[in-house]
Amino acid sequence: MDGLAGYILRRLLFLPLTLLIVSFATFYITRWGPGDPVSVYSGQYRDQEAFDRVRHKYGLDKPIIEQYGIYLKQIVLHGDFGPSFRFRDRSIPDIIAPKIWVSARLGVYAFILTFLIGIPAGVFAAVKQGSWLDPFVISIFLFFQSIPVLVMVPVLVLVFAAQLHWLPSGGFDGVFSKSMIIPTIALSLPSIAGVARLARATTLGTLNEDFVRTARAKGLDEVTVISRHIARQSLVPVMTTVIGLSLVGLIEGAFFTETLLGIPGIGRFVFESVNGRDYNVILAIVLVITTAFVLANLLVDLALIVIDPRIRAGRGVR
Amino acid sequence: MTQQTQLNIELAHAEAGMRAGHAESLTRRSLRHLLRKRIALLCLAVISVFYVVGAFAPLIAPYGYAQQNLDLSFQGPSLHHPLGTDRNGRDSLSRNIFAARTTVIVTLATVAAGSVLLPVTLGMLAGYRGGIVDAAINRTGEILSSMPGLPMLVLISATLRPRFDRWVVCVEDGIHYHGLTSSGFADYFLIFFALSLFGWVGGARLIRAQVLTLRRSEFILAAEASGASTRRILFQHILPNIMPIVIVGVSASLGGVAAAEIGLTFLGVGIQPPHPSFGALITDGAPRTVLQNHPALLLVPALTVASLIFAFNLLGDALNDVFTSRAK
Repeated sequence: MDGLAGYILRRLLFLPLTLLIVSFATFYITRWGPGDPVSVYSGQYRDQEAFDRVRHKYGLDKPIIEQYGIYLKQIVLHGDFGPSFRFRDRSIPDIIAPKIWVSARLGVYAFILTFLIGIPAGVFAAVKQGSWLDPFVISIFLFFQSIPVLVMVPVLVLVFAAQLHWLPSGGFDGVFSKSMIIPTIALSLPSIAGVARLARATTLGTLNEDFVRTARAKGLDEVTVISRHIARQSLVPVMTTVIGLSLVGLIEGAFFTETLLGIPGIGRFVFESVNGRDYNVILAIVLVITTAFVLANLLVDLALIVIDPRIRAGRGVR
Repeated sequence: MTQQTQLNIELAHAEAGMRAGHAESLTRRSLRHLLRKRIALLCLAVISVFYVVGAFAPLIAPYGYAQQNLDLSFQGPSLHHPLGTDRNGRDSLSRNIFAARTTVIVTLATVAAGSVLLPVTLGMLAGYRGGIVDAAINRTGEILSSMPGLPMLVLISATLRPRFDRWVVCVEDGIHYHGLTSSGFADYFLIFFALSLFGWVGGARLIRAQVLTLRRSEFILAAEASGASTRRILFQHILPNIMPIVIVGVSASLGGVAAAEIGLTFLGVGIQPPHPSFGALITDGAPRTVLQNHPALLLVPALTVASLIFAFNLLGDALNDVFTSRAK
């Protein structure tokens, strides 16, 4: 496993470099733009002397490169993400941690629903290969994948909140409330197609395996053969791959879902921070998401290596 | 005509082609197989209608996209306004048609750059040159793909927009033509730029992998041994063999680009009013009071977009089937 350990180490060593480049790019783009937090805060009729004083206090009047140097020094030496310009009495981890917690719980719900529907649908499609049911099932979920979240949410609100009055039309009051249902559906529907397809493909691969024939020959009924022997085989690779891959889609979907439904999660908070030019908060969120992406991709690759020894052997030098 | 005779005729045609020295290419043969699939044809039809309507929007739309009539705000469907009017009394049908034009422009430009030009150039370079070029392209792609796309796009658009606007005004002064700003050119260009910047990574990776396998194949070695120039090898020998990947990539990314433009416009950093885009139409139709009383204002653009992206996805599937089964 020496090669594998070295591979993981190399990937992890690349993470700080990635973070360095991403942070510099984000830092530069945010501060290069027109407007800064002080001008957003002070508005149109401002006192020029006070304006300049506050800008100087936060170092916003220095060249961008110098500001980045100071930022980098603070974050490396003290683990300090710098001040938030909108919430000045709280540290940045204190501000974003609860937002991430809300989004994470929503994400877990969406994952669970995606798998609960996607895997049975994929296995079903594979078993029915050759009949019209196979393309039909896959096409239904492909259709849901084609509806932008932006469209899905208002339609769900129209039907379930405005017309039927079954569900609240937005907000967030805890994990065990009806307010979780619409965002969970909106987040998971687009990613079900991917899971179903992968489950279908892996199931097709196992359908003609010897152990399946043995199970049938033992006289087990078809339901047991499918659920115990075929589905279980395809479950593991599908889960590991999709969790990593759909993390990206889930985070992107969360931006729209949270904004449309007024959920106080990280997705909505990013845009509030961009509009308020809250530089340090934007940067901190971007860095957190980047780290999550890199680690998720690494996990997916590792899972694939563990599942498929051929990749391990053929990997060689990258 | 029975199937057997049809098959015979086809075989005869194929033989004639081979004798004439131009065996049908993999790409052509696969596309011909695609045209036999009914679903693929249906998707192509939907997409073509959408693109023709979008391209000829000014000729087809009964009204201008910004033409207001405040006396007629929120009208239901009528003979004059087949899909009714919006808050400002603008004709809903015309706005949808012009929104299609926005989608057509943005998807074509972005896909040309972000799914064809950049991935092919960078993928071939990385795969064929190897070494430091390969490493640089790979690492850049890795970093771009580990950034959270949407917030970065929002940041880039927010930062670059005023600069692009100023730049467009400069260009206008230079060429003495003053329609660029009002045509919303800066918005289109910004979206195109931002989406292409992040869009090339996946395609370039696939193409690089394919080039790596091709490089070791016998016909490339033969070409190298017979002293063919690098340019000749890349364009005559390698390019035709990565065409399937490019075509599948294009069809896969079209839907994503269309959706991304809509999302960016919804977030306020895409197409600016009064220029219509499905993102703007959906945003206008989504508030609850509007939605409850005039659902058509949301449902028409929503269904149009959903069916377009659905057609792209189904077509992408069919293309994938055709190419992967034929390549074996």
